[in-house]
Amino acid sequence: MRHRPTSRSAARLAVPALAALSVLSLAACGAQVDSPGTASSASAAGSCVDTSGDSVRIGFLNSLSGTMAISEQTVHDSLQLAAAEINADGGVLGKQLEIVTEDGQSEPTVFAEKATKLITSDCVAAVFGGWTSASRKAMLPVFESNDSLLFYPVQYEGLEASPNIFYTGATTNQQIVPALDYLAEQGVTSLFLVGSDYVFPRTANKIINAYAEAHGIEIVGEEYAPLGHTDFSTIVNKVKSAGADAVFNTLNGDSNVAFFKEYTNAGLTAEDMPVLSVSIAEEEIGGIGVENVVGQLTAWNYYQTVESPENDAFVEAFQAEYGADRPTSDPMEAAYTSLYLWREMVEKADSFAVADVQEAADGVTFDAPEGTVVVNGDNHHIAKTSLVGKIGDDGLIHTEWSSGEPIEPDPFLEGYDWAAGLS
Amino acid sequence: MDILSQLFAGLSLGSVLLLAALGLALTFGQMGVINMAHGEFMMAGAYTAFVVQGVVPSAGVSLLVALPLGFLVGGLLGLLLEGALIHRMYHRPLDTLLVTWGVALVLQQVARDVFGAPNVDVSAPGWLSGAVEIGGLALPRTRLFILALALTCVVALTLVLRATPLGRRIRAVVQNRDLAEASGISSRTTDRITFFLGSGLAGIAGVALTLLGSVGPTLGTGYIVDAFLVVVAGGIGQIKGTVVAAMALGMMQAFFEYSTTASVAKVLVFVAVVAFLQVRPQGLVSVRTRSLA
Repeated sequence: MRHRPTSRSAARLAVPALAALSVLSLAACGAQVDSPGTASSASAAGSCVDTSGDSVRIGFLNSLSGTMAISEQTVHDSLQLAAAEINADGGVLGKQLEIVTEDGQSEPTVFAEKATKLITSDCVAAVFGGWTSASRKAMLPVFESNDSLLFYPVQYEGLEASPNIFYTGATTNQQIVPALDYLAEQGVTSLFLVGSDYVFPRTANKIINAYAEAHGIEIVGEEYAPLGHTDFSTIVNKVKSAGADAVFNTLNGDSNVAFFKEYTNAGLTAEDMPVLSVSIAEEEIGGIGVENVVGQLTAWNYYQTVESPENDAFVEAFQAEYGADRPTSDPMEAAYTSLYLWREMVEKADSFAVADVQEAADGVTFDAPEGTVVVNGDNHHIAKTSLVGKIGDDGLIHTEWSSGEPIEPDPFLEGYDWAAGLS
Repeated sequence: MDILSQLFAGLSLGSVLLLAALGLALTFGQMGVINMAHGEFMMAGAYTAFVVQGVVPSAGVSLLVALPLGFLVGGLLGLLLEGALIHRMYHRPLDTLLVTWGVALVLQQVARDVFGAPNVDVSAPGWLSGAVEIGGLALPRTRLFILALALTCVVALTLVLRATPLGRRIRAVVQNRDLAEASGISSRTTDRITFFLGSGLAGIAGVALTLLGSVGPTLGTGYIVDAFLVVVAGGIGQIKGTVVAAMALGMMQAFFEYSTTASVAKVLVFVAVVAFLQVRPQGLVSVRTRSLA
């Protein structure tokens, strides 16, 4: 109740900006970044970023409490690591980073509220964080109406491109589509879809259905469980009796544990019916129990086992800071990379101003732990290498297949005939 | 064959609900305390299993150690809560709801601080992995174990209430507190013991849940609503009503879910319970004592 007036006035501010943006995005179809209109409205909204001293403020906005804390705490940790490294390395444009931490509390409305606070009263130059699509969707109008920047580190369902958000996790053509290509290559002709009942799995499964229809793969079942659902005996019974070649899993959070325990106990194995998951990373494997997921497949852009000098340094630094038993994962790496990408953009622009950073973004590159990534200035996603991995009995994920080179981001799946009509 | 495996799924879901609700049937049903921290006592039981597994490496032995220890941990937490807060507000059920809700949030944060935000895993003993095959029907051993555990708890609780002096005292206090006091029963002590038993059962339920999912600070919140649903539908204060309601809800969930989806099934179960309570507000088994009317 208390914050209703602010969100209303924010909404009033947002309307003209959003209208302008949507017209631009319709007209230019993605090339909506350098808009003088938004830049000037930014100064009108009164950017209060203070760059006069020898430090500059940035915001970290992650759920440190609530149901998503499990995942987002790890992202927060790797952001802190990146900030410490950058500060030790002389900061950004010679200024030390001063971190303002806020807790999104796993509530989209709190994310929006805290983002407003970070931008308007803490005067941060950029915000890093968010995890669920619901939190991102809630923050999007805040960043657009205040013309500030959000760096979002998690793979998501695509079909979005805001000039005020940089997406450093995978979009669907860098994760789900390559995973389907891999399965098709392995001779999979029938799939069972299991997902949590919210926006990401439902959108992902729409894409999978379109892909399957075009590639002669039969979808023999599609089941959704409410977030936090822990009794999978019925769904596993359905999977078992449908007898697909493989299961495509878009379950999120704790549900994965219950699902895999049930799956194993029902006598299903990775040999007879492999499960390919798109949101189980290294840190979740310990929670699920390695013995329940050994041999199962995952699709990501980074694993702790990726071999590169940058990754060795990243893993070593992270474990030195947080303990040798803490694994690194894709969203953590994407968050870590996002802070460095922001630094590269700012230094290329030689300015902390949002419009300058947006303009400088195209082509900015960084040798990330996952490999070299490049920012696409049109849709603000980054080119990433796609990896399908197999979970080993050491609890880590080992690359089974790689796209070899970074895949250009295509959030609206415009480059795929079968995807016409999805967006 | 599908029907048989769904029948078993419903039965095992029912036994999980029963474990979660049995302690509530005692604290809510018998004592009129709406204990929202009941789920967190389950969480404490689950973390007990995790800690025990760290000390006792053999998964089989550690499960058997964790069960009584989980009972003790849950029970002691309940005792603490009763002594510190709840005994001040008997006969004010709505106040207990708010207070214990706060306690639940505190306990979740304590768990997060002590054990960390990521969920942890308790591995099941070897003799509980896999399934028992009966005529082509695969019955997961963990589910059979939980079924047996729930049954044991019901029998034990019934025996305590029916056949021991303690049980007679508990029933006496529930039925008529003043008369019980007048005949020399300390209602204070009896309240404490009842709360200890109810919360201890939550601890056992928590240990059992580690066989099905992972252990995290919010483990209990997923079960608390279902548990209250079972107790209310079963008829407040009645063990046999709780058993029947848990099994009925489990079966309904399993069969609705098989013919529709998990989300729709949850809604249908709610609708069914609401409709049922319209017809029979007192629940499956009605309360016959005067004090709880």
